[in-house]
Amino acid sequence: MPQIVQIADTLSSQVFWLLVFFGLTFLVVGLGMVPKIMGTVELRDQQISGDLAAAQAARDAADSEEAAWRKRENENRAAAQAVVAEAKGAATKANEAKLAEAQTRLDARLAEAEAGIDAARSSALAEIEDVAADAARDIVARIAGADVEPAAAQAAVKEVMAHG
Amino acid sequence: MAAEEGKVDPMKQFTIEPLFGSNWQLADGLNIAFTNSALWMAVTAVLVTAFVAGGMQRQVVPGRWQMAVESMTGFIDDLLEANVGKAGRKYVPYIFTLFMFILFGNLLGLVPVGLIPGVHAFTFTSHFTVTGVLALMSFAIVLVVGFAKHGLHFFSLFVPKDTPLVMAIFIAPIEFVSFMVRPFSLALRLFVAMMAGHVLLKVLASFVIAGGGAGMGLGVAVGVPSFILMVAISALEILVAGIQAYVFALLTSLYINDAENLH
Repeated sequence: MPQIVQIADTLSSQVFWLLVFFGLTFLVVGLGMVPKIMGTVELRDQQISGDLAAAQAARDAADSEEAAWRKRENENRAAAQAVVAEAKGAATKANEAKLAEAQTRLDARLAEAEAGIDAARSSALAEIEDVAADAARDIVARIAGADVEPAAAQAAVKEVMAHG
Repeated sequence: MAAEEGKVDPMKQFTIEPLFGSNWQLADGLNIAFTNSALWMAVTAVLVTAFVAGGMQRQVVPGRWQMAVESMTGFIDDLLEANVGKAGRKYVPYIFTLFMFILFGNLLGLVPVGLIPGVHAFTFTSHFTVTGVLALMSFAIVLVVGFAKHGLHFFSLFVPKDTPLVMAIFIAPIEFVSFMVRPFSLALRLFVAMMAGHVLLKVLASFVIAGGGAGMGLGVAVGVPSFILMVAISALEILVAGIQAYVFALLTSLYINDAENLH
């Protein structure tokens, strides 16, 4: 085994060069580069956790903003509904009042018209009596040759009509 | 031995060869010749540095490369956080370097660079001199942290919590031995796992070559199944390379936990 056969010749050389090259690697890589690389990793981790925290804060802010907006929106909606209901009530009341007024006006006109019709009818009846009395006097004058007083004729017509 | 009858010596891959002169004296008797082992350590160091440097764009939205590097640092960070807790973060540079160095060293030994003539792959983690130094470093950190943080109270590590005194007399020596064995088990586990896999691959390769040389019948009967097995074991070795690097980092972090959070 060369490891044992050569040990006396090579031990000092092996140890010396190992210490040289391992030491160089330790100084340059271990002490020089590794802390910087780990610093970069740490920096990145910090940045990531910072970004995550900022994102979480932004989300929380957005959530509370949304909740506030929702509350405001609900209040606004309720207020709008109250306004609409009020307007509806007012409109209904006004309509009813207008309808009632129109009704009374119509009733009045109806009553007036009925009264007119009654008057017209009674005057027409009176005219018919006059015409009938005249016609009765004419008939009596033509047939009997007697001249009847208008008042008597009128009384006779009245009596007949009353008997109808 | 390797040249005789085209046989494959499964141990030759672990041989250390000086590349630029075999006698560089640091001090009297301390030879630090630059070997193939040192070359692969250098390649590992360069590749680990290049890999991590590629993830240094530091962009907020990472690209693929940056993502890969960040997942590796995050993996080690999570490992220490899970085993040591918040106090474990300061060990990330060491554990990360340890993990990546062993991982790249293991994987580089499996890259088939042997296809290029004159280039030989070498797995420096299959040498206990290397794994031993890595294990001793981890063990030293445990000792230094333990005694610096808890002083002599660190010796209470050998007495598990709420142990009756009668039991503690017997348990403390056992705990002490198991504590002192840690660097050896750490070093030997990686060394043996890497060496065993590479030896197995070379042995199977020698079967393929010998079977092919022995004619059509044996070539099909021995060579083809051996080759299929080699492919499967290569896949297994890639898994082992990752697992052993992970185990080394995991056990080191567990030992550091003992020192950091004494019961």
